[in-house]
Amino acid sequence: MISSKTNTWLQSGAPWIWFTAAAVSASLIMIIGVLLLITVRGIGHFWPADVSSFNYQETNGQLKTLYGEIIDTSETPAAAARISGYNMADNEEVLVQYQIKTGNRDVTGSDFRWIQERNIKQQDTPPELSVIERREWGNFYGTLLAVKDKSGVIAQGDAAWQAAQDKITETLDIHDEISHLEKKEIGAINYRLEQLRLKRRKLEITGQLTESAKTEIETEKTGLNKRYQELQTELSKLYQQSRNASLLVKTDSGAEITIPLAKVVRLYKPNVMNVFGKIGHYFVKLGEFLTEEPREANTEGGIFPAIFGTVLMVLIMAVIVTPFGVIAAVYLREYAKQGFMTRLIRIAVNNLAGVPSVVYGVFGLGFFVYILGGNIDRLFYPESAPAPMYGTPGILWASITLALLTLPVVIVATEEGLARIPKSIREGSLALGATKFETLKNTVLPMASPAIMTGLILAVARAAGEVAPLMLVGVVKLAPTLPLDGNFPFLHMERKFMHLGFHIYDVGFQSPNVEAARPLVYATALLLVLVIIGLNLAAIIIRNNLREKYRALEG
Amino acid sequence: MPEQLEKTVDTPLKHLVNPAYEKWRLLKDRLARYGVVLGGLGVIVAIVLIFFYLLYVVLPLFGSASAREIAQYATPQQQSGKSLLLDAEEQNEVAARFIDNGQIVFFEVASGKVVSTETVKIPPESRITSIAKGSTVSQGVVAYGLSDGKMFIAKTQYKINYDNNGRHILPTTVYPVSEQPIIVDEAMTALEAIAVNLSGDTVTIAAKTAQAVQLVNINQEKSLFSDEVKTNRTVATIDLPADKVEKLLLDKQGGHLYVLDKTGMVYAYNINDKASPKLKFQQKIISADAKVSSLVFLNGDISLLAGDSTGQITQWTQVKDALNNPVLKNIRNFKLADKPIVAIDPEQRRKGFIAMDDDGAVGIFNTTAERELITLKIGESRPVNAIVSPRANRLLVESADGKMHHWNVDNEHPEVSIKSLWRQVWYESYSKPAYIWQSSSASNDFEPKYSLVPLVFGTLKAAFYAMLFALPLAILGAIYTAYFMDPKMRQIVKPTIELMGALPTVIIGFLAGLWLAPFIEKHLAGLFLTLIALPVSVLICSYCWQLVPQHLRQKAGEGWEGSLLIPAIIIVTWLSFTLSVPLEAWLFNGSLRDWFNNRLGIGYDQRNALVVGIAMGFAVIPTIFSIAEDAIFSVPKHLTTGSLALGATPWQTMTRVVLLTASPGIFSAVMIGLGRAIGETMIVLMATGNTPVMDFSVFQGLRTLAANVAVEMPESEIDSTHYRVLFLAALVLFLATFIFNTLAEVIRQRLREKYSSL
Repeated sequence: MISSKTNTWLQSGAPWIWFTAAAVSASLIMIIGVLLLITVRGIGHFWPADVSSFNYQETNGQLKTLYGEIIDTSETPAAAARISGYNMADNEEVLVQYQIKTGNRDVTGSDFRWIQERNIKQQDTPPELSVIERREWGNFYGTLLAVKDKSGVIAQGDAAWQAAQDKITETLDIHDEISHLEKKEIGAINYRLEQLRLKRRKLEITGQLTESAKTEIETEKTGLNKRYQELQTELSKLYQQSRNASLLVKTDSGAEITIPLAKVVRLYKPNVMNVFGKIGHYFVKLGEFLTEEPREANTEGGIFPAIFGTVLMVLIMAVIVTPFGVIAAVYLREYAKQGFMTRLIRIAVNNLAGVPSVVYGVFGLGFFVYILGGNIDRLFYPESAPAPMYGTPGILWASITLALLTLPVVIVATEEGLARIPKSIREGSLALGATKFETLKNTVLPMASPAIMTGLILAVARAAGEVAPLMLVGVVKLAPTLPLDGNFPFLHMERKFMHLGFHIYDVGFQSPNVEAARPLVYATALLLVLVIIGLNLAAIIIRNNLREKYRALEG
Repeated sequence: MPEQLEKTVDTPLKHLVNPAYEKWRLLKDRLARYGVVLGGLGVIVAIVLIFFYLLYVVLPLFGSASAREIAQYATPQQQSGKSLLLDAEEQNEVAARFIDNGQIVFFEVASGKVVSTETVKIPPESRITSIAKGSTVSQGVVAYGLSDGKMFIAKTQYKINYDNNGRHILPTTVYPVSEQPIIVDEAMTALEAIAVNLSGDTVTIAAKTAQAVQLVNINQEKSLFSDEVKTNRTVATIDLPADKVEKLLLDKQGGHLYVLDKTGMVYAYNINDKASPKLKFQQKIISADAKVSSLVFLNGDISLLAGDSTGQITQWTQVKDALNNPVLKNIRNFKLADKPIVAIDPEQRRKGFIAMDDDGAVGIFNTTAERELITLKIGESRPVNAIVSPRANRLLVESADGKMHHWNVDNEHPEVSIKSLWRQVWYESYSKPAYIWQSSSASNDFEPKYSLVPLVFGTLKAAFYAMLFALPLAILGAIYTAYFMDPKMRQIVKPTIELMGALPTVIIGFLAGLWLAPFIEKHLAGLFLTLIALPVSVLICSYCWQLVPQHLRQKAGEGWEGSLLIPAIIIVTWLSFTLSVPLEAWLFNGSLRDWFNNRLGIGYDQRNALVVGIAMGFAVIPTIFSIAEDAIFSVPKHLTTGSLALGATPWQTMTRVVLLTASPGIFSAVMIGLGRAIGETMIVLMATGNTPVMDFSVFQGLRTLAANVAVEMPESEIDSTHYRVLFLAALVLFLATFIFNTLAEVIRQRLREKYSSL
C-alpha cells in the first residue's frame, strides 16, 4: 500500500510541478552548455600549446619519435575496442588514445594522427622544439638547424634562432610590401583598365566612339600599362629578395628539410615560453585572426574579409529597412483604423516573420538578382555584357533581401514603442494646434526613437546570423576584393562578399581539411555569438530603460 | 523633451497669420498621411509579391506545350526521289533529306531553299535496300544497306563559321569509317534491315539478309609508328529465322542488340562479346490483334518505344524480375489516336518523343512525366517523315503530298507533371515505381527524377523529431516559468531562453554536425540512459523534497525548484554517460550502435534524424517557450485566485483553469514552432547527410525541402526545369508556413480579445 503521505504527495501534483521545473532547468543547462562549449573551444584556439616529443612504438613494433600537440583524448572500453579490431590484454579496461597534431603535412601527408597511450614509451617537452607557421602545408613541428642565405649557411646552432627571427621580420616586411603592391597598386591599375575597356565599349555601343575618344583612351591605357610594367619589375625584384633566405629544419623522423622564408609566418618555441610570453602570443594571434585575410583555403589566418563583409552588408540593410519598418509601424499605430485592414497587415507581418529564410533567398535570387539586376544591366550597363554587373548575386541584393527578412522585427519593435507613448502626449500636441504629421515628427517619433533603435539592433542581430538566403544572393567562400576600396566609386554594391556565418558553414563543412580548420571555426562561431548576444543584450537594455521612462511619464 | 515641446508650440503660433504657410502645413500633413498609408500597405504588397513571384516562376511547369506552323514549302528536290530520312542541326537553320537514290539534300529550314546536294558514292551496280540512323543518334550517322551485301556509312557535319554578316552553317558529308562500301554479307545478298553502332574506331553492324541475321564487328587499329591500319573483323550469326525478322536496333553502349520479328516478339541479345551474341531474353510487346509499326530507342538507349497499329505507344525497359533475371517490362503506355502509328522520333536530350499516325496527327510526349503535351494536326495528307530538332524546339514533317511543314514547338518543361512530382514514377532501369529525387547529372541521357515526396518526407521527419524534443521541454518549461517560478528567477530565465532564440542557426548546425553527431555516435547508450534516468531522478528529487522539514523548505522558497534541480540534472546526466560505458559493455557487447545493427538490422548514419531532432528542437524551444509563456502568464489573475480560493491545489488550478484558458495561445506557439522547424535550413543542412531517402528510422539521414533548395539553387540554370522545381519547393515551404502562421496569428488575435473581455 502506498502510504498516505505519498498519496497526498501524488495528489498535490507536486511531481508534475517538479517535472515542469526540470524542463526549464534542462533548457537552461543546454543553453549554458552550448555557450560554454563554444567559448572554451573558441578561446583556446590561439593559446600556444606545448609541443611534446613522444617515443612511440608503432603497431609493427618499430620505435619512432613523434612531435606534436595533444588535441584530443578518447577512451574506448575494452569490449568496444576489441570490436573495432584492437588487441586488448585481459587486464586492460580501457583503450586510451590521443589525437596529436603532428603538422608537417608536406612530409607525412596529414596533419593529425591518433596514438595509443599504452604504446608511448616516453613523453617529454624538449625546449628546443620549434613551431613554424607557414603559408602552405600547415604548421611545421621540429627543430631549427640553420639559417641559409643565397650564399650558404649564415647561422647555425644557438645563433640560428636569433638570425632566423631577424630574417623572418625582414621577409615579412617584404611580404607586406608585395601584398600592398599586388592588392592596392596593381589592383587599382587593373580596375582602371577594366573601366577604360567598359568606357570604350559603351562609346562603341552608343556610336560615339570618335577618333579623339579612341586616342584619349589609348593614351590613358598606355600610361597605365607602363605603370603596370614598372610595378611588375618592382614586384619581381621583391619576390627575388624574399626568396633569398631559408630555414634548415629537422623533422621528428630525422629528415632535414628546407623551408623558404617567404613561406614562413612565425617561428616560436612554445615549450620555453612563460605565461606572459604565451599571453603575448595569444593576443598577437587574436589580432591576426581579426585583422588578416584567410590563408590556405580559409583554414588558417584571419577572417577580416568576413567580418568586413558582414558589417557592411548589415549596415546597408539597416539603411534600407529602417524607413520602411518605421513607416509601416506608424501606419499601424497612428493612422490606420483598427479593424479588418490592420488585422490583415498584422497577419502579413507575422507571415513575413515566419516565412523560412531560404524562401527569401529564392525570392531574392529570382526577383532582385535576375529580374531587377538583369534589367538594370540591360538599361545602364550594356557595355559590360555578357558579363553581368548587377544581374548576378552581390552585396546590394543580399542587403535588400535581408531588409525584407528583418522588416517584421523593426515593425514589431517600433509598434511596441509607439503603443507605450501615452495618449496624453499626442493629444497635448494636437490641442496646441500641431498637425498630425507635426505631432508625429516632433513628438511621437523622437520619443519612440529608442524603440526604433531596439528594433534596428534586433534586425541587425538577426541579419548577422542569417546564412541560408545569403548563400543564394551574394555570399562567396573567398572574395578577391572587398566591396569597399580605394577605387572610385569606393562602394561596389555589385560585388560578392564574405560573411561570418557562411564562413562557419563553408570552412566547417566544405573545406578539404575540416579537422585542421575546426579550431578556427569555433573561434569564428564564438565571435559571431558574442556579437549577436551583445546586440541582443543592448536591445534588451534599451527596451527596459524605455519601459521605466514611460512608466514615469504615465505616473 | 521640454525643448521639443517648446518647438511644437512655438512654430505654429509664429506663423499663425500666414495662410500660405498654413496651407503648406496641411498639404504636408496630407502627403505624410498618404505616404504612411502607402508604406503600411507595402507590407501586404511584399508578402503578396513574394507569393505571386514564386507562383509566376512555377506556373510554366504545368502549362502544356504550344506549337505553331512557321513555314510550309514543297519538299526540296522532290523530283530526285523519295525521302528515306530527315536530319536537322542544332541551330535550326539547315536540315537534310536523305533520298533513296543516295543523294543528301541540305536545305534551309526556314524556306526550303536548297543549300547543297551531295551524293553518297554508291556503286552503280547496287541500290539502297535499307537505311538506318546510326547510334548514337545525335552524331548524325546514317547507314545505307545495299543490294549487294555491302553497306555505306555517311555522317553529316554542320560547320559553323562566323564572318561580318553573322553566322553561317556549312553542311558537309563525311565518311567516318571508309569511303569505300563495307562488305557485310560475304554472300552478297541484299541487306534488308540494318543497324549500326559507331564508337571510336569500332563499328558494330547488325544486318539482316534474306538468309540470316549477322552481327559484324570491325575494329580499326592504327599503328603507332606508321600509317598502316590494321582491321579486325568478326562475324557472328544470330540464330533466328531471317524471314521473320523485321527490325534491328543496336544500343549506343554497344551491349545489346534488339531484334523485332513479325509477330511482335522482341529478342534481346547480349553482344558484349561480339563473336558470340547470347540471347538474354525475349518478350512479346504487342497484343494479339495489333501489329508493331514502329520501334525506336528512347534517348539514352535504355528504353524501347513501340508504336502499334492501334495508335498506342508502349515504353519498355529492362528490369530485373523477382528471380533476378533480366526481363523487358512495359512501364507505361501512351495513346495518340486510333490510327496506326507511322513514325516515332525521340528527342535527343530529354526523355521525350514525337509520334505521328496515319491520319496526320502528331503528338509530343514525355515519358518520365507520362504526359501528352500537345497533339497537332499537320497537313492534309499522311505524314511520311518527321524529325525533332536537337533542341526539341522545332519540328519538321514531310507529308505524302510532297510538302514540308516547319513547326515551332514551345515545350520547355515536359518532364514535370503533378504525377511525376507527387506520385511514384517508374524510372528507366528501376525494378519498380519509386519516389526519387535526383535532379542533375552531366549527361543528356540522364532521366531527371523530380519527386518532391522524399523531400517533403524528410522535412516532416526532421520537424517531427524536433517537435518531439522541443515540445515537452518548451511547454512544460513555459508552464513552470509563467506560473510556478519565483518572479525574481523568472526575470533571469525568460530573457536567457529568449536570447537563445537569437542564436544563429548556422552555429547550432555547426555544433550539431561537428560536435553533437560524433558525440552521440560514441555515446548512444548514454543518451538513452539519460532519457530514462532524468525523469526518474526528478521524481525522486520531488519525493525527497517533501520529506524535508517544512521550515527548511520555506526558507529555500517556493518557486526555486528549478534552480535546485540544475545540479541534480547535471549530476544525473554525467552519471548516466559514465555508467553507460560499462552497461553497454555488459548488455550490448560493447556498443549499442553495433548491437542495433547486428541484432535488429538498424543501420546508423552519423548525421541522422536524432541529431537533427535534438539540434533543431533546441533551436525552436525559445520560439515555442516564449509564446506559450506569454499566453499562460497573461491568463487573468482573478481566474487563478478564484480557483485556489475554492480549494484547488496549484496543479489542479494549472491543468483545469490556466491551461484550458491559455490553450489557444499554446496551440499557436506550437504552430509557429512547427513553421520554424519546417523551414529551418542551416541546421538540417549541416546536421544531416542530406541524402533524400525515405526511411522512418531515427538513425538515418534525410534531406529537407529547404536544405535541398539551399544546396541546389546556386547550381541550377535560370529558367530551367530544375530551377522552377526548386521554386516550387520554395513555394510549398511558403504555403506551409503561411498556413501555420496565419492560423497561429488568427488564434492569438482571438485570444487577446477574449482576455480583454475577461
